[in-house]
Amino acid sequence: MTSAHRLVAEGLALGYKDRLVISSLDLQVPPGRVTAIVGANACGKSTLLRSMSRLLAPRAGHVLLDGKQVHRCPAKELARTLGLLPQSPLAPEGITVSDLVGRGRHPHQGVFSRWSRDDDAAVAAALEATNTLDLADRPVDELSGGQRQRVWIAMALAQQTDVLLLDEPTTFLDVSHQVEVLDLLTDLNRHRGTTIVMVLHDLNLAARYADHLVAMADGAIYAAGEPEAVLTADTVRAVFGLDSQVIVDPISGRPLMLPIGRHRRLQPHAAPSGPDTAGQRLA
Amino acid sequence: MSTIANPETTPPAAGPAATRDAVDVVARGRRRRGRRRNVVVAVLAALLVATFAVTLMVGQTFYGPGEVTSVILGEQVSGASFTVGRLRLPRATLGVLTGLCFGLGGVTFQTMLRNQLASPDIIGISSGASAAAACAIVFWSLSGAQVSMVAIVAALGVALLIYALSVRGGAAGTRLILVGIGLAAMLDSITAYVLSRAAEWDLQEALRWLTGSLNGARWADVLPVLVALVVLGPLLLARGRGLTMMQLGDDAAAALGVRVERTRLLVIVAAVCLIAFATAAAGPIAFVAFLSGPIAARLVGPGFSLLFPAALVGAVLVLVADFTGQFAFGLRYPVGVVTGVLGAPYLIYLIVRSNRAGGTL
Repeated sequence: MTSAHRLVAEGLALGYKDRLVISSLDLQVPPGRVTAIVGANACGKSTLLRSMSRLLAPRAGHVLLDGKQVHRCPAKELARTLGLLPQSPLAPEGITVSDLVGRGRHPHQGVFSRWSRDDDAAVAAALEATNTLDLADRPVDELSGGQRQRVWIAMALAQQTDVLLLDEPTTFLDVSHQVEVLDLLTDLNRHRGTTIVMVLHDLNLAARYADHLVAMADGAIYAAGEPEAVLTADTVRAVFGLDSQVIVDPISGRPLMLPIGRHRRLQPHAAPSGPDTAGQRLA
Repeated sequence: MSTIANPETTPPAAGPAATRDAVDVVARGRRRRGRRRNVVVAVLAALLVATFAVTLMVGQTFYGPGEVTSVILGEQVSGASFTVGRLRLPRATLGVLTGLCFGLGGVTFQTMLRNQLASPDIIGISSGASAAAACAIVFWSLSGAQVSMVAIVAALGVALLIYALSVRGGAAGTRLILVGIGLAAMLDSITAYVLSRAAEWDLQEALRWLTGSLNGARWADVLPVLVALVVLGPLLLARGRGLTMMQLGDDAAAALGVRVERTRLLVIVAAVCLIAFATAAAGPIAFVAFLSGPIAARLVGPGFSLLFPAALVGAVLVLVADFTGQFAFGLRYPVGVVTGVLGAPYLIYLIVRSNRAGGTL
């Protein structure tokens, strides 16, 4: 199963009440690839993701999935193709892992239709893929943060969508669980061809795991493309207002960003990426 | 892609198909929990039927099942026709129907707002309906369906007011509950004022509008509640799955294909109407809406829609409490006094527990 669903935003303007977060944004999500969106806090990443999954209606422009406007699609129909794992979903008190993951089957079920063998199979596959089958009958409340995040991803997997959007799937996780989650998503992409779009906080993990990197600043896309082209010292300065040096990650061959702060520097003038990098803020 | 020669060590974990064993594990767990739910629902239904039968048979005079059945079938049985047919049957029927309404309406709010304290009898919706119904009777001399209408308008108005007062600033939750508790206190004092202006009322009638009572129930009181339940009950139950999905949060539910706004509006209006109809007929029977959901949740276990079980719990609660209030003590107490005694400690327990856990209300 390979997905060739085309997810595109055109001239998108988004906002809440009287505040405009994104004024005019164009984005093409490469089908069957992993896209990571990075940017400073409150730059509109989550807002963009919410709008792409139909949760926030655009002020102007539109989001197209295979040429159809997602905001005109029937809710359940869309939820069979495009899934979203929001930033902080809530687990109902006492619910078991298997029941929570089973809620991902909602778009595949009718109002009164009974639970089918397909639903069980989808839940089981999601539990196996996320390595949570052992936890199936445990209450979600009792799990550790890392386990819980895997369970939420399992719920999104049980939805069996060809496109999966994730809003900061690695927040609150320690580094080993972050890598575990990103590996899992990469598996999903490689083995099922699922198109993945995720908002990530960690620039270096984003550059390592993404095929396509999107850097946002102030509600607009500053740069988008291959991580090598996007993650540069210039981008980091423009997007985060931070001086940095970008080297080649010896593990993955992808770019690796080293932040330059005011302290703890071996050589004050070592930063090669521009004439005005170091020491400037001390003045 | 990757330029470095790093061997792929990850196993093909995200393969498309699940193993048979895994599917069996999932199916078995689900069936076990499903069985528990079905058993609980069956037991509650049986309990409801049994309590209903007992309240028809037992009283000052005992009538056997045969006599009661004859009366229900419309035959004339001397003595029983009046006692069972005119007194006990409408009373018990009204108890079942209002119990179903309160249980259903209460658990709907509790599920939707993810907080047991967000029950319509805590946040002032029942109080609004009650105050309006008392006003309608005392000041405007209305009766029957007209009282129901006034109660519904008032209850919807209160719901809207709570929403308007609590939604500003974004965070609902705790603020909504506190605003609701404040409104409830205000509305209860309105009811007390109205009652003080109605000199000709007796204590029983006053208690109806303060705590709820099934005294003097007539078929004319039963009918509007029955109609409301037949129309709104199925509508609410059909939204049960969407409502349980919304426990995951609005965004997660919407991403899974739930029309969150539409579901919320529909469910609020339906639940408020059920509460209002029941309150107009029997008063705000204290804490039934508040207690039914948590009791049902404890019995059924997590992960299921609680609408139907909570409705059954509500009906059983009202019948048992009414029966207890009539016959367990020397004095006859209205049903609301008994449920109030049951509900208040639980309310305190909830508040103490949430404070100990460091949580908000």
